[in-house]
Amino acid sequence: MADINLTIDGKTVSVPAGTNVLEAATKLGVDIPRLCYDQELSAVGACRLCIVEIEKMRGLPASCATPVAEGMVVRTNTEKIRKYRKMTLELLLANHPQDCLTCDKNGDCRLQEYAYIYGARQDTYKGERKQYAPDDSNPFFIRDHEKCIVCGRCIRTCAEVMGIGAIDYTWRGFKAKVTTSYDVPIEESPCVFCGNCVTVCPTGALQPRTRVGQGRSWELKRVRTTCPYCGVGCSIELVINRDGQVVGVDPADGPANHNKLCVKGRFGFEFIQSPDRLKKPLVRKALREGKRGPAARDSEFVEVSWDEAMDLVAKGLGEIKAKHGPAALAGFTSAKCTNEENYLMQKLVRQGFGSNNVDHCARLCHASTVAGLALSFGSGAMTNSIDDIAQSKCVFVIGSNTTEAHPVIGIQVKKAKRNGAKLIVADPRRVDLAELADLHLRQIPGSDVALLNGMMHVIIRDDLYDKDFVAARTENFEALKKTVEKYTPEYVENLSGVPAALLVEAARTYARSGGSAIIYSMGITQHTTGTDNVQTVANLAMLTGNIGRPGTGVNPLRGQNNVQGACDVGALPNVFPGYQAVTNADARAKFEKAWGAKLSDKPGLTVTEVINAAVRGEIRGLYVMGENPMVSDPDINHVREALGDLDLLVVQDIFLTETAKLADVVLPSASFAEKDGTFTNTERRVQLVVKALEAPGEARPDWVILNDLARRMGLGWDYRSVAQIMDEVADLTPIYAGVRWGRLVEGGDAHDKGLQWPVPANDHPGTPILHTQKFSRGLGQFAAIDYLPAAEETDAEYPLVLSTGRMLFHYHTGTMTRRSKGLNWIRPEGYIEINPETAAHYGIADRDWVKVTSRRGSVVTRARVSDITSQRVVFMPFHFAEAAANVLTNPAVDPRAKIPEYKVAAVKIEKAAEAPAWAAAKEVAAGGERK
Amino acid sequence: MSAMPEKNTMPTGEAHENGTVFDPTSLEGILEKYRGAKGALIPILQQTQASYGYLPRPAVGRIAKFLKVPESKIYGVATFYAQFHLHPRGRNIVRVCLGTACHVRGGEGILDAVSDELKVKPGETTPDLRYTLERVACLGACGLSPAMMVNDTTYGRLTKKKIAEILKKYE
Ligand code: SF4
Ligand code: SF4
Ligand code: SF4
Ligand code: FES
Ligand code: FES
Repeated sequence: MADINLTIDGKTVSVPAGTNVLEAATKLGVDIPRLCYDQELSAVGACRLCIVEIEKMRGLPASCATPVAEGMVVRTNTEKIRKYRKMTLELLLANHPQDCLTCDKNGDCRLQEYAYIYGARQDTYKGERKQYAPDDSNPFFIRDHEKCIVCGRCIRTCAEVMGIGAIDYTWRGFKAKVTTSYDVPIEESPCVFCGNCVTVCPTGALQPRTRVGQGRSWELKRVRTTCPYCGVGCSIELVINRDGQVVGVDPADGPANHNKLCVKGRFGFEFIQSPDRLKKPLVRKALREGKRGPAARDSEFVEVSWDEAMDLVAKGLGEIKAKHGPAALAGFTSAKCTNEENYLMQKLVRQGFGSNNVDHCARLCHASTVAGLALSFGSGAMTNSIDDIAQSKCVFVIGSNTTEAHPVIGIQVKKAKRNGAKLIVADPRRVDLAELADLHLRQIPGSDVALLNGMMHVIIRDDLYDKDFVAARTENFEALKKTVEKYTPEYVENLSGVPAALLVEAARTYARSGGSAIIYSMGITQHTTGTDNVQTVANLAMLTGNIGRPGTGVNPLRGQNNVQGACDVGALPNVFPGYQAVTNADARAKFEKAWGAKLSDKPGLTVTEVINAAVRGEIRGLYVMGENPMVSDPDINHVREALGDLDLLVVQDIFLTETAKLADVVLPSASFAEKDGTFTNTERRVQLVVKALEAPGEARPDWVILNDLARRMGLGWDYRSVAQIMDEVADLTPIYAGVRWGRLVEGGDAHDKGLQWPVPANDHPGTPILHTQKFSRGLGQFAAIDYLPAAEETDAEYPLVLSTGRMLFHYHTGTMTRRSKGLNWIRPEGYIEINPETAAHYGIADRDWVKVTSRRGSVVTRARVSDITSQRVVFMPFHFAEAAANVLTNPAVDPRAKIPEYKVAAVKIEKAAEAPAWAAAKEVAAGGERK
Repeated sequence: MSAMPEKNTMPTGEAHENGTVFDPTSLEGILEKYRGAKGALIPILQQTQASYGYLPRPAVGRIAKFLKVPESKIYGVATFYAQFHLHPRGRNIVRVCLGTACHVRGGEGILDAVSDELKVKPGETTPDLRYTLERVACLGACGLSPAMMVNDTTYGRLTKKKIAEILKKYE
């Protein structure tokens, strides 16, 4: 469509048809005042501050709600307009408390700013002011209805961006109030506390609670960095007061989030300065006296100097290596730490320990993705970008509770749907997105291969597959065709419980859309058939040519903030940085040369294998950086036994975690806010982490600790800065070759957007979409895969399937979120979701205590009776150490990726006779329940 | 939102305002008539109110699900029109007139007296659901001012003394 030309304040501008006059003016640098308008939201023309004069139009139209027209002549700042704006402002001020002097928004308030610009006074119009009590019963934000100018930005953000609609206009005229249904406190509404309404509020009507009295905008320091929680990688600003306290987090306009956040990123920052932070190195008293191993572990921790602690660690590791050989040592690195720290950790293990026994929790979430997609495509990462999802014509979400686990990507999925995309959700639970979906396939956990093969059966049968793509870009199609032949919709209905007709419709919808994206997560990966599942997903995308273009792709959502990066820089037992196999002689030669050491050609042990080897006495020393296997790993009782058997357990963390409590030496490390570095988010984007604070006490950044240890072990390291480590990574890792500190920091060419790998050179801008011309491995490979049942099947004794996963308000093992006041307030304890009919069968009511038992152990937790889950399936979030879901889970692993089957364990449930001890203790401490 | 079942869900059958129990049967009947229809919100709200006497919150929640719109939006609409009542109404509606004629002849005093007698403010309902007190502008009985109406009966030439006796008649 041709652009439209118009004149604004004497200057001409040309903009696309459909643009509104306000945006056209902005393009010219003419700033029209606005209160209700926001570029991302529908324009409602409510505040009438943006009025302009337009020749041949009567009155003063609102520029935000007036589309441009050819030849339009607009004036934005005449005497008449200024008078009208002033009057509008004075009317608003007349119904607004005169509180600027004590308002936390002072200096950052649009109403105040415009009042100043237009000379609007508060006392021009006298009359009654609306009087409403504020809603301040939640710990996240305060709703001060009297300061609300009913611009509706919060309403539209909640409805249009979040797709929730917790609030709306109620009553009318002078009394109009933006509030919840029946005006209940916001925590009783469907609000998810994303705080995105707070971000857009132009006045002090919505204010984060932690910010009250902490300083006005000019007194606060802001540091832009990257969210430490999930793999979305939202850009945030830490807001710090004059005393050096973090008093809040604001969103930044990052490439992954565009000023949106979820509740964890927005309100989950209090862990940073929690009094529980470790401040000094801790060593077992008996270890100082020369005793080691299980015997020493009964003695208490004493605080020691860094020197003493590090010498003990270096000596201990050295002795184990000398006595039992390099294979007796292992290191767990961390998806919470930076790329640079992960690089150093795997280097320490490979160069210093002398084995490849380095792994991290990616094993537990996406090992099957890394393995499966490497086989199918040659590269195990999200093929497309987060921004890309909204352009898709059909989004197929399988095994991902996106709005809770990756909330800001959930926003993109909802946006795609609003843009007209079809939404297909395959999930045993009726998760939030399933409610919105055009089609919801509710498969039995563990039947994903059958389901996907069934879809491919239909697509081939109905001749809906992309023959050109299959011919030109893939291999092994005939084998796939043969395998899926028997997966008729009826056969699949039997295996998966998904009605045949629904399956057919889903297959056709996905194949015919003209651009379909698959989003998946741990519902696909955390199975003994995880790698099979991933390859089957890849098959489906290749079969329909949905790969290599915008709005398509295979998009695994990575769990932790830096799980992608940790894998990228070699925190895996079989590959060096950049997925270069340790078995490859050329790769080995390269790293041997760079590190000046002979390197093992034998792939090391995985997280789960290390635990088993420790029980067998083969692993004697374990170095854990920022992981908490005592909550995160399957079959915790087994993990405890394994760790107890070690000669030396060193844990480096920011808190005394469940795992650290078992250690011989605990080293206090710096949180993300206290160090520099990079995280790589789920869309392969390397983003900056910036130091905003000093670490508490004597805590040190992980990279500094590792550098110190390596020196004491005689490895000759001398890292002085993160930039120096990044250079080393870049030089050795082709996909990171152009990732340099200087490009990412302020002033660098990649400062705003980060760098999406592969970045083959210093002047390369990064790669938003993979496999556009050819696959990383050349041709995409179809894998002919048959359905296999889960490792553990239900029987008469254990009749229910337990799935585990995340929930919105907590994160991973809870060490961070459970130390953040608001998050712990809203979800203080874990639960088990039970379908109402199942609950009735067992005589269990909502909030009853329930004993859940698997073949490995049992825990007591609260019942949450809800039809989110189906009758045969129960669900538990895994964030709660006191009633840890992972006591129950099955450590059976996928034979290829070694990922445990967190999504299927056979359990039985019964009503518990009484509350567990931990709950009783907590009630006493809290003085009863919160509501 | 499905992810948070215990928030904002008041399962039907559970006790709610004034200890009454919400029985969804007649609401379901109303909704059935409008399945697939467009612009059905206002008639659904009207019939729900006709059936329950007001708009109970569980009903509004159910209507929201049925129409696939946020509950807050329906509440917004309901508050926009004076015809909808969001809280239970009494078995007897007491309307005290404050139109010009009644005002001049002591309507305020009458309202205060009724308010004292019932121990509720205008717009409120007694906890036993016996009375709802409202203020109105002119009952069309100016000749009898000050006036009030209880259900369909108009009482004129009121004095404070008469109030208790009149109200007593209504169970
Ligand atoms: S915090 Fe988020 S969900 Fe809650 S009202 Fe605001 S925008 Fe809506
Ligand atoms: S709370 Fe803020 S954003 Fe919402 S209507 Fe009021 S002034 Fe506007
Ligand atoms: S979506 Fe993930 S990265 Fe973004 S704010 Fe939430 S937890 Fe942080
Ligand atoms: S900004 Fe245009 S009417 Fe409010
Ligand atoms: S003013 Fe009261 S009846 Fe008319």
